[in-house]
Order: sequence, then C-alpha cells, then structure tokens
Amino acid sequence: MNRIALAAALVILAAVPWWVSGTYYVNIASQILLYAIFALGVNVLAGYAGLVSLGHAGLFGIAAYAAGKILSTGSGHGHVVVAIGAIAVALLASAVFAVLALRGTGLGFVMITVALGQIVWGVAYRWISLTNGDNGITITGRPSPFGFSLASPRSFYWATFVVFLAAVVSMAVFVGSPFGASLRGTRDQPRRMTALGYHVWMIRFLAFLFSGFWSGVAGLLYLYYNQFVSPQAVALTASAEALLMVISGGTATLLGPIVGATLVVVIKNVASAYIERWNFVLGAIFVVIVVFMPEGLVPGVARLTRRAVAALRPHAAVPVPAPGVAAGGEPVRGPSPPLNGSERGR
Amino acid sequence: MSLWLVLAVNSITLGGLLFLLSAGFSLIFGLMKIPNLTHGSFFMLGAYFATSLIARGFDFWTAAVLSGLLVAAFGGIVERLILRRLPGAELAQVLVTLGLSFMVADVCLMVWTGDPIRVDTPSGLRGATALAGVAFPRYRLAISVIAVICAAALWTLLDRTRLGAMIRAGVDDAPMARVVGIRVPQLFTIVFCLGAWLAGFAGVIGGPILSVYPGLDQEMLPLALVVVILGGSGSLLGSLVGSFIVGFLYNFGQAMFPELAYVVLFLPMLIVLVVRPQGLFARPAG
Repeated sequence: MNRIALAAALVILAAVPWWVSGTYYVNIASQILLYAIFALGVNVLAGYAGLVSLGHAGLFGIAAYAAGKILSTGSGHGHVVVAIGAIAVALLASAVFAVLALRGTGLGFVMITVALGQIVWGVAYRWISLTNGDNGITITGRPSPFGFSLASPRSFYWATFVVFLAAVVSMAVFVGSPFGASLRGTRDQPRRMTALGYHVWMIRFLAFLFSGFWSGVAGLLYLYYNQFVSPQAVALTASAEALLMVISGGTATLLGPIVGATLVVVIKNVASAYIERWNFVLGAIFVVIVVFMPEGLVPGVARLTRRAVAALRPHAAVPVPAPGVAAGGEPVRGPSPPLNGSERGR
Repeated sequence: MSLWLVLAVNSITLGGLLFLLSAGFSLIFGLMKIPNLTHGSFFMLGAYFATSLIARGFDFWTAAVLSGLLVAAFGGIVERLILRRLPGAELAQVLVTLGLSFMVADVCLMVWTGDPIRVDTPSGLRGATALAGVAFPRYRLAISVIAVICAAALWTLLDRTRLGAMIRAGVDDAPMARVVGIRVPQLFTIVFCLGAWLAGFAGVIGGPILSVYPGLDQEMLPLALVVVILGGSGSLLGSLVGSFIVGFLYNFGQAMFPELAYVVLFLPMLIVLVVRPQGLFARPAG
C-alpha cells in the first residue's frame, strides 16, 4: 500500500513538467524541490539531533558564493570542478561551524549559529572585493552535465528532481541506520549515550557535516536556478525561513520538511503575487504554528485524522493507542520534543 | 579633532545606546530565560513612535518617554498573550519572538514607509561643546550622560529596592523565589515591560544619530546579542562593559577594516563563547 503510494507520488512528481502548464509553475516546482533539499538538510540537525541552527543559510550561501566565484573567475573550469569545489567549501565551513557551535547545546547552539550566520552575511555584504557586496555575483548560463543542458525550466526541474531523490533516499537510509538511531539517542538522552560509550560530540559533528552537505547542494542548485546570489541568500531571514519549513512540516519526519518547503514556497509566491506583506505572513505562520500546532503540520494533521477516525468508529472510540502515541501520550499543548530538546541537551 | 578621538567619542555614544538596549535584553534573558529576539524591534518601534509623536507637536523628551511607554505596553501584551504560553520552551520562544520581529518590521514598513526618517536633535543640544580645548558634539555627550544616569538608576533599582531584591532572587533561583512568596509571573511582566521601555527609549534617543529606517531592528539585535554574550546574561555590569567593548569594536572595526567590520565584531564573541560560555561577568550556571 505504502509502496504503491510512493511509486504514484514519484510518477506524479517526475511528470510535473507535463501536467503543469506554463514555465512559471514548473519553476515554482523546481524551487520547491530545491528548498525541500535544504529543509531536509536543516532537519537532520533541528529534527534528529535536537540542535536548532539559525545559521544554515550561511552554509547554503557559502556553497552558492563559492560556485559563483569559481565560475566568475572565468578560468574555464568544468561544472564538475565547480560543483565539487562548492560542496567542498560548504563542507569545510560546516566543519568550522560545527566545531564552534557544538560548544553549546540548546540556546547556546542557537546563539552561536546566529553569530556565525551573521559573520557570513557581513562578509557577503561588506567584503566587496571578494563578494561584490550588495550587487552579488551573477553567472552566465546553467551547466550541461553529461551533455544534458539545464537551460530550460523543464530540464532544470528534472535535474533538481534527481538530486532531490538522492537527498530523500540518503535521508531514508540515514534515519534507518544505526547512525541515525544514535543521533536520536544523543538528542533524547545525551548522558545515557555517553555512559553507553557513544562519542556524543562526534555523532553530532558528523550529523552537522551531513546537514551541511545537503545545505551546500541546495545552495549550488539555488545559484544555478537564479544564476545570481546576493547577501539576501545568507541573511538571518533566510535561515529562519529554512527553519520554518522544517518546523511547519514537522521536525524529525521525512515528509515534514518536504511539505513545509512546499507550503513556504507556495505561500511566498502567492503572497508576493497578491499582497506585498510576505514577511508579515512568514512571521504570523511562525507564531501560529509554535503556539497552536507545536508538533508541526504533518504530525498535527495525522493526530487530527486519528481523532476523526476514532470518532467515526464508535467501537474504537475507547482509547486504542495509535502507533506513535504510545510514547508519552499526545502532545496537545507545549512544544514538540525537538523544540524543547535543549532541556535534555545539557 | 583627530580621527581617533572622533572614533572614541562615537564608540562611547554607541556603547551608551547599546547599554540601554542590552540591559533590558540581559534582564529578560537572565530572569525569564527568554531570548527575546523582538528586542531590536522594540528599539525600532520606539524610534518610529517618536517620529510620529514629534510630528504631532510633542517635544523630543516627552516623545522619548511616551514612545518608551507605548513600546512597554506592546511588550507587556506580547509577554502576557504569547510568551506566557511557552514557559521553559526556549527554542519555541526563539521562534515566536523571531516571527514577531518579522511581523513588526513589516508593519513598520507599511506604516512609516521604507524611507529613512530623520529625528531632529533636541534644540538645546545642537552644536559642540569645547572641553579641554577639544570640541565635542553636545548631543553625543548627552547620550553618554543619559546612559550613565540610567545605569545608576537601574543599579539602584536592582540593588537597593525591595523590587530589585525580588528580581535578583528570581534571576538566581526562580522556584525558590516562588516558594518564599515572591510572585514571579508578575515580576516577569514588570521586567519584560521595563526591558521593552529601555529598548524603546534607546531607539528614540538614538534617533538623531542613527535616524530610523527599515532594517534598523536587524542591525541592533545582533549587537545586543553580542553584548549579552560577552557580558553574561542577567549582569548589569556585564551589559555595561560589554556595551562599551562592542561600541569600540564596531566603530574602530569599521574605520580600520571596513570590509571585515562584522568579523571584527563577532570574533571576540565567538572566542568568549568558546573559552567562557557563561560570559565575562556572569557566574557559571549550576
């Protein structure tokens, strides 16, 4: 049943350029996939590690800037070199971010990532000889990997889709792997994990690299999609948006960040088409979700559906523990586990 | 006047402003453990309110105090209606206050448009005063004096009054303070309003030097963050010293390494975080 649904979803997604009319919507679909990759990366930390980062736009932007910089030097490097270089720079930056930010957990981690993100922003905005300041870096043309030109919206969508699939598969493997389990262990019971002989710091460090890798890949796609990168891409708002995608969809779920990215990109485009107040909407969604639906949309809707189903079947209305509720009851009020992960992170 | 002296005066002025901004942030963070990311918005809101009040014929100082009160009222509403629902959930508070700051920024953009608004220097403080043969801009001196007065008043409040003793008890050990009969939730509202008032007031008196423009909130908030992380949360002395460190780093950094001003600003903070995570003047947690 699940497999059929999955296959159907894949076919529908792969066929988007055919059943969606107009390049505008194909481009929006590409954006959704691109940001979904980013959100999946952020989710590794925010969801599975319980470490909320507000500096990930820095990693995303570093990859974009690095690629833009290599391309704009005009030394004729192939796109493979550019991609490898950009991802390598993003990984290096992730390692530096991780070493510094992992000095703290909970709030300390948030504050350090804010500071690191602001440094990246400051460099992007002020170090004009390197980053061209507010004017940003413009590249000409998208690459043609293996002779397959990405210039048209359709072909770019498919390329993004392939990368997106790779990201989802890597996430699925990661979640199911012993490493994923140990990461969740460090989120929920860091002291017990230490007592069991796990190297908590190293597990978090590797998770940070994994998260930074996909953020960098998303940043690279972002550069190719827009053929432009400016300090806006690394601003605090961008980090907040990525976090909103994860939290609105539901942290520590595979589907959540994808749903969240869809939601944010669609609202952003709709909001900018009909009202100018995108930032207001963004802020309002933040407030409403955190206050009223702290576990995120996907688990929230799942909870409501379970209730509705239970209400429709009078016999089953007597508490039947649904899967997932067994561990500590339904989170009706109060933040979801990752949100107050700081309590246990100390 | 030599460049270095100008920079030093500007640094002290900025330090004074930052103290007003970060003292509130630090108190809120120290007492309530709330990382209030709307604090930059309070600063900007105060300045915007004042421009409207001044345009309606109020004089500068009345406008400064009144806008502070308006911001304090707004802060009180935020604390009562939203933050109270999320006790102890620090990361939820980070997200909510961040969301609120986006909303406030957008409303300000809607109401006061995107153009920078100049706030006129109050008439008595225009021009410069000669001190020891050097001309100092009078208004900048005034800001430093106001900051010192506020610091003294805050210190008196915290160290010499019953309310201050209750606040200190709350900062040190909230559950214990509750046990001995201090109404901590009420204190929270008072402290939050006081912090908001200070931020709003700072926004107004900073108006004549910074002017008011969209994005001012996102510019001031990281500075306040750096101050509190440098100085340690809940410590008035820490805020004071941190503010002047940041004031000097920011101005001298911009003059000497204009391209790396932000790096110069944030590096000391990273070093403090790595070496002494609780800040320079706070006692270690526990």
